[in-house]
Amino acid sequence: MTQLLQQIINGLSLGSIYALIALGYTMVYGILKLINFAHGEVFMVGAYTGFYAAGALGVARFEANNQGFPLYLAILVLLIAMAAAALLGMTIEFLAYRPVRSAPRLTPLITAIGVSLFLQNVGMLLFSPNPQRYPAILSEVRFEVLGVIVTNIKLTIFAVALCLMLGLHLFVQKTWTGRAMRALSFNIDAAKLMGIDTNRVIRSTFAIGSGLAAAGGILFGLDQITINPLMGVLTGLKAFVAAVLGGIGSIPGAVVGGLLIGLAEQLTAGYLSPEYRDAITFVILILILLLKPEGLLGVVRVEKV
Amino acid sequence: MRAVIRVAIAACVLLVIYALQCGVQAGFTEYVQRIILLAGINVILAVGLNLINGTTGQFSIGHAGFMAVGAYGAAFVGVQLAKPVHGALGSGPLAEAIVFNGALLAGALFAGISGLIVGMPSLRLRGDYLAVVTLGFGEIIRILFNNATFLGSATGYFGDDPSGLPAYTNFFWVFAWVTVIVILIHNLTFSQTGRSLTAIREDEIAAEAMATPTTRLKVTAFAISAATAGIAGGLFAHMQAGVRPEDFRFEKSIDMVVMIIVGGLGSISGAILGGIFVAVSLELMRDLQQYRLVLYALLLIVIMIVRPEGLLGTRELHHLLRRKKAPKPAAPTESS
Repeated sequence: MTQLLQQIINGLSLGSIYALIALGYTMVYGILKLINFAHGEVFMVGAYTGFYAAGALGVARFEANNQGFPLYLAILVLLIAMAAAALLGMTIEFLAYRPVRSAPRLTPLITAIGVSLFLQNVGMLLFSPNPQRYPAILSEVRFEVLGVIVTNIKLTIFAVALCLMLGLHLFVQKTWTGRAMRALSFNIDAAKLMGIDTNRVIRSTFAIGSGLAAAGGILFGLDQITINPLMGVLTGLKAFVAAVLGGIGSIPGAVVGGLLIGLAEQLTAGYLSPEYRDAITFVILILILLLKPEGLLGVVRVEKV
Repeated sequence: MRAVIRVAIAACVLLVIYALQCGVQAGFTEYVQRIILLAGINVILAVGLNLINGTTGQFSIGHAGFMAVGAYGAAFVGVQLAKPVHGALGSGPLAEAIVFNGALLAGALFAGISGLIVGMPSLRLRGDYLAVVTLGFGEIIRILFNNATFLGSATGYFGDDPSGLPAYTNFFWVFAWVTVIVILIHNLTFSQTGRSLTAIREDEIAAEAMATPTTRLKVTAFAISAATAGIAGGLFAHMQAGVRPEDFRFEKSIDMVVMIIVGGLGSISGAILGGIFVAVSLELMRDLQQYRLVLYALLLIVIMIVRPEGLLGTRELHHLLRRKKAPKPAAPTESS
């Protein structure tokens, strides 16, 4: 029982990271019908930006003095990484995706694979291929509840992810840009006719999705201790599966899917074998494609000519 | 009569390949020979991948996984076959040919079956799910081979012999298989089935409305494509004495995608040129290993933006050479 609770806690915190990344996939797919393969790499760049920003703000000095990193600086690191990733996302959209936006479906897909590959390998050149230890921008405090070990890091991950997701929900439901996003995902041509500047809305979609991925990157670094330039590949894939599981294009779906994938992964690692933790995601993907391809919360769309 | 002529032609082709092999072995250094063999294997990979990615328009980016299945399958079956066949027929070239080709076919079968398993769930749907599923499959299969103790785990599979797998792969066999596979894929592409595959690429809904069994054809094309990758894997395994999981990393799949995109998605001659291009450029960029994938990535992006149809588009080289108007390469259009 204790072990089960422990796995659930770990699964939920990992799952909320997946959910943050899945939101970017689902928002972009909802509007452009594009699997943004480079999204996992934006997540990686976000984690590295946080790594270097924390270094520049003197995290090593605090660690050496055995002091905790001040909270306002940790929040600053998070904001810097989110801003940098948002910028990167908009740049990718502008340079690589916009020129091929109206091309047949395969062209943007291959472009996205190209961008992802490019960022991975530039990352290996710039950041070195070796894993780096993530700076302790949050010093760990452990406490026990009902025999279950909970760390403040896991709680923070959950809280930060929850706040960001609530923020996104309010943004999409209440603001003008959010409404425009929903209009675009409903029918991009009609939205254009209604005088919506689609380029601007798509740009903001990429910015927001990338910012959330960067937040996910920092939380991932805190959770997993090390980061490397290829961390975006598998994590990005799992987040994509999370988006498909929840119903691609649906924002609450991405959150539900992310949490479920995180739970499934932790439970597999805990009860079956850690070797299968990566495989379970793909088993889930294949099952969902076979049984309920529109996802848990997705809507069935009638195909029109 | 016809059959006799066909057999005669086939024999002539094999003789020519054999003669070329003698020439290549006499005229080139071992290093150049290796590049030529790799180019041949790449051509098989590219032509096979082109069937599903180019002709059918369903994008797979995990074909290294099928190549791995074929390589391990062929290596394993080859070792098992060797004993009984050599026991029955001695150790002449005939026995070797039987063992080698049996092993290759077994590898192709394994790869084809895994293609069916991967393709069935992901090809029932429209959209880009195949890309994601194949990407995942490519990774998983490598993890599986990494953990399969009876196949040597991470060190790789080298057969029972301490000197590794027998080096069956030579110019003759590589190019005999290149010929067989190119003709096979060519005939398939320009058959009625091939037209249906193109129809699926151009407009799946319209194809379905014309009573094309889209899912069945997509899955079949995908399985054939996987099986050819398996043949290439088997040839590759017997070229370097063993199979290692790290030979089939994601980079390998990307190499294949570059092959077919440079030459032109949907063009068999384009795929052949692309396969040769990648084999040669890999060697030329040997000293620039860490920049190679950066350059490939940029190449992909730039081609997609500037000339998304690649060098040849969907045309074939011989159409251009004959200056005959090629069957109009219909610009793939988006269905909405």
